[in-house]
Amino acid sequence: MDKRKSLPGPNDIHREILPNGITVLTRSNFNSPSVVIGGYLDAGALFDPDPKLGLADFVTSALMRGTKKRTFDTIYNELESAGASLGFSSGVHKSGFHGRSLAEDLPLLLTLLTESLTTPTFPKVELEKLRAQLLTGLDISAQDTADMASQTFDEILFKDHPYSRPEEGNHQTVKRITRDDLVKFHREHFGPRGMVIVIVGAVEGAEAVKQVKRSLGAWQVEDQKEAPALPPLKMLKKTVRKHHRINGKSQSDLVVGTNGPMRRDAEFMPASLGNNILGQFGLMGRIGDVVREKAGLAYYAHSSLSAGLGPGSWEVNAGVNPSNVAKASELIVGELKRFVDDGVTPEELKDSQENFVGRLPLSLESNGGVANALLNIERHDLGLDYYQRYEGLVRDVTREAVLNAARKFIDVEKLAVAVAGA
Amino acid sequence: MTDSHTEITLSNGLKVLLKEIHTAPIISSWLWYRVGSRDEVQGRTGISHWVEHMQFKGTPQFPANLLDKAISREGGLWNAMTYLDWTAYYETMPADKIDLGLRLESDRMMNSEFKPEEVASERTVIMSEREGSENEPLFMLGEVVQQTAFRVHPYHHEVIGDMADLRTMTRDDLYNHYREFYVPNNAVMAIAGDFESDKMLARIRELFESIPSGKEPTRVAREELQQHGEVRLSVEGPGSTSYVQACYRFPAASHPDFFPLTVLDSLLAGPSNLNMFGGGISNKTSRLYRALVDKELAVSVHGGASATIDPFLYGITMTIHPKRKPEEALAVLDKELKRAQEEKVSKEEIARAIKQARAIFAYGSENITNQAFWMGYAEMFATYDWFRTYLDKLAKVTAKDIQRVANEYFKPQSRVVGTYVPQDGKVR
Repeated sequence: MDKRKSLPGPNDIHREILPNGITVLTRSNFNSPSVVIGGYLDAGALFDPDPKLGLADFVTSALMRGTKKRTFDTIYNELESAGASLGFSSGVHKSGFHGRSLAEDLPLLLTLLTESLTTPTFPKVELEKLRAQLLTGLDISAQDTADMASQTFDEILFKDHPYSRPEEGNHQTVKRITRDDLVKFHREHFGPRGMVIVIVGAVEGAEAVKQVKRSLGAWQVEDQKEAPALPPLKMLKKTVRKHHRINGKSQSDLVVGTNGPMRRDAEFMPASLGNNILGQFGLMGRIGDVVREKAGLAYYAHSSLSAGLGPGSWEVNAGVNPSNVAKASELIVGELKRFVDDGVTPEELKDSQENFVGRLPLSLESNGGVANALLNIERHDLGLDYYQRYEGLVRDVTREAVLNAARKFIDVEKLAVAVAGA
Repeated sequence: MTDSHTEITLSNGLKVLLKEIHTAPIISSWLWYRVGSRDEVQGRTGISHWVEHMQFKGTPQFPANLLDKAISREGGLWNAMTYLDWTAYYETMPADKIDLGLRLESDRMMNSEFKPEEVASERTVIMSEREGSENEPLFMLGEVVQQTAFRVHPYHHEVIGDMADLRTMTRDDLYNHYREFYVPNNAVMAIAGDFESDKMLARIRELFESIPSGKEPTRVAREELQQHGEVRLSVEGPGSTSYVQACYRFPAASHPDFFPLTVLDSLLAGPSNLNMFGGGISNKTSRLYRALVDKELAVSVHGGASATIDPFLYGITMTIHPKRKPEEALAVLDKELKRAQEEKVSKEEIARAIKQARAIFAYGSENITNQAFWMGYAEMFATYDWFRTYLDKLAKVTAKDIQRVANEYFKPQSRVVGTYVPQDGKVR
C-alpha cells in the first residue's frame, strides 16, 4: 500500500465555507461503518472575567443539559441509545466539541450538536447539579499532584498573563457564576463566525457538507464578540521555584520548563524535533535516560512542547518520591544545559526525523486521528497538503535550526520550577 | 470487523493468528504470554510486571539503549502490559518495518539478560510507579477491596505487587520467572495489518520455530472460597471527596452467564468498553446514573467487569456527592439492583444495549492495533472465537436471562463494599 496516498491531502479533503462563516472539512473512510465529528468556536476561557473564572467551562459543560426541544435526559437517551457520543469542552482560546456515531446516526449527531450550540436553555435545576459536579472535580484536581504542579508552573511562567489562569476556575469563582452569566456568555460568544467542523468516516464529503448545511447553515448571531488581544508576556528574569503542598501524597510531581514557540512560528518544527531528542524519543529521550534509566528516580520523566495560537511552553515533567525532588530537578536542569550548550548530534537528529516521518501514518489510522489532523490544518492555517508535505518539512530541519530554537527559548538560569506534593 | 483470519500452531507450540487488513500501510504485532499476577506467590508479588519491565533492558543482540531507539527510528509504537492473567508486548509499525519488531520479540523470548545493575535501577522505577498509584484514592481503595475479596485465589493482590516484595525480590527470582513462563508453548502471537499471510507466516517460522519449547508452566489455581456474608471496609486518606466501591463476584469470561451480565452492566451503568484502543460512550441514561447522579447522591457512577480466566469481580464505583453520605448512595444502589432482580427488563432495553455494543465494536475496528489486540487478548481467557461471536451471543440474551443473573450474581451477602473516607473534609 502506498504510504503517501494514505495521507490526507487536497485530493481527498473536502473544504467548504458556508455563507454564515462556518468552515466544513470532511474526509471519507469507508473501512469502518463509523463517523467522527470535531470542531471548535471562538468562545474560550479568554473571555472569562477574573471573578467568574471557569465561566466558559461551565457554559460548555451545560450546553447539553437541555435545549428548546429536548431535556437533558432526552438528549442523552437518543445519543446513548444509538451508541453515539457527543461532548463539549473549553480551552483558553476556543471551545471545542467531539462526537462519534455509526454512520447511519450522523444526522442525529448533527441535530443534537446544532440544538446544543444554538438553543441551549440552561435549566436551573440542571445547573445546580452540574455545579456540584464541577466543584467536586475541582476538589479531586486539588489532590492531584500532576494537575497542581502544572497549574503552579503556569502561574510562574505566565505571571500576569491570561494563560496563568486555570480554565476550570476555583471554588469561589464557580460558586459565583449565575444562570444569567451563562446565558450572556452563550449569546455573546457562541456563533457561526470562526466556527470549524470536521467530519471523518463512512460518509461522502458532499453528503456530509449537505447535512451540516441543513443543520447549521441558517445559524446567525448578531454582535458575536471578537476575542480580546493577548497582553505581552513577561519573561522570567531568573529561575523561580514554587512548591504547592499536598499532604499525605507518596509521590510528588515536578515540572521544570520555560516558554516555547507558537504553533505557527518557524521554530516550531526544529523545536519539536529537538524536544523529541530531549525527552521523548525511545524511552523518553535524554531526560528518560538520565532520570529513569540511569538514576532509577522516576517511572515517568519526559519533555513536551505545548504550542498553540499564543506563546507556548516547553516543559519537563517527572513523578518522583518527595525525597528525590531536588536530585531529579538537578539532573533535568543538567540535561537542559547540555541541550542548549551542545545541541544535538547528527545521528540524534536523523533518528528523530525518521521517527516523525515513520509514525505519521499511525497517528492517522483512526477517524479520530484524521479529524484531529484536519482541525490542526485549519486552526493553524497549515494548508490542505500539509501532511503530504510533512516529510519534507521534517527532513529540512538542520542541527543549527534545532540549536537556535533551543537557545531562543531555553535559558537554564531563567526556568520555572513547580513541585506539587508532600 | 472483517472476519477471515489464519490460525496455526507451530511445532514448538507457539500459536499464531494472522489477519490481513489493507486499509493503511501499518502492521501491529502482539506477543502474549500466559503469565500475570495470578502466577505469583507471597514474597514475589509484582514479579510478572517487573519481568515485563526487564524485557526492555536488552539482549546481547539488542542492547537496551539500541532497542528503544531502533523501534522509534522506524516510526514504531511499542509497549507492553501486565494484567491478572497475561503479559503482552506489541509493536505497531509502518508495514515495511515490522520485521524489526518480529526479530526483537523472537530474540527476547529467550535471550534477555537481566543484568544486576539493570534490576537495581528498575527496582526504584517500579517502586516509583507504585508510589504514583498510591497517590490515587481509588487505587488505595481498590487494592484493599480486591485483597478482601480474594483470600485464597491469587487474584488477591495488585498487578504491581506489594512494596515489601518490590524491595526484596532478587535478580534470580526475576530471571527464573522469565525462564519458566517465556516459552513458545506458553505464548500466542497475533498480527494484523497490511501483509500477505503466507509470507508473514514463513517469516514467523524462520524467527520463532527454532526456539525450543519448554516445560508447560504450572499456573497457580487455588479456588476462592464461597463468601458467607457482606464485608464492609473503609480506607482513610487525603482529600475531601468520598468514594464507594461495591464489588460483586462475576463468572469467568468463558462462562455463558458473562453475556447476560454484560447486557445487565450496560443497563445499569452504561456499556463497558473492552477495547484497548478506541473510545466508549457516556452513561448518562443508565439506570444507576439516573438514580444516583440525577438524584444528586453521587456526582459520578461507573461499573465494569474484566474478562478473566477465573471468576473475578464486577465493581460499581460511586463518587459521592459532597452533600450526601456514602450509605445513602449505597441504599439507592441496592434499590436499583433489587429492581433488576424483581422486574424483567423490556425488549427495547436489550436492543439498546446490543446497539451500543455494535457501535463500540465499529469504533474499535477503525484501528489496526486494536484488531490485533483482540485476537491475542481473547485467547488469554477463552479463544478468538469468543470475540468473533460476541455480538451474536449478546443478541441471544433474553429478559429472563438477565433477571436470573441479576439474582444470582448481585447478592449482598457475596459482595465487598469499600468506602474511601477523606481526612481533609467531613464525611457526614
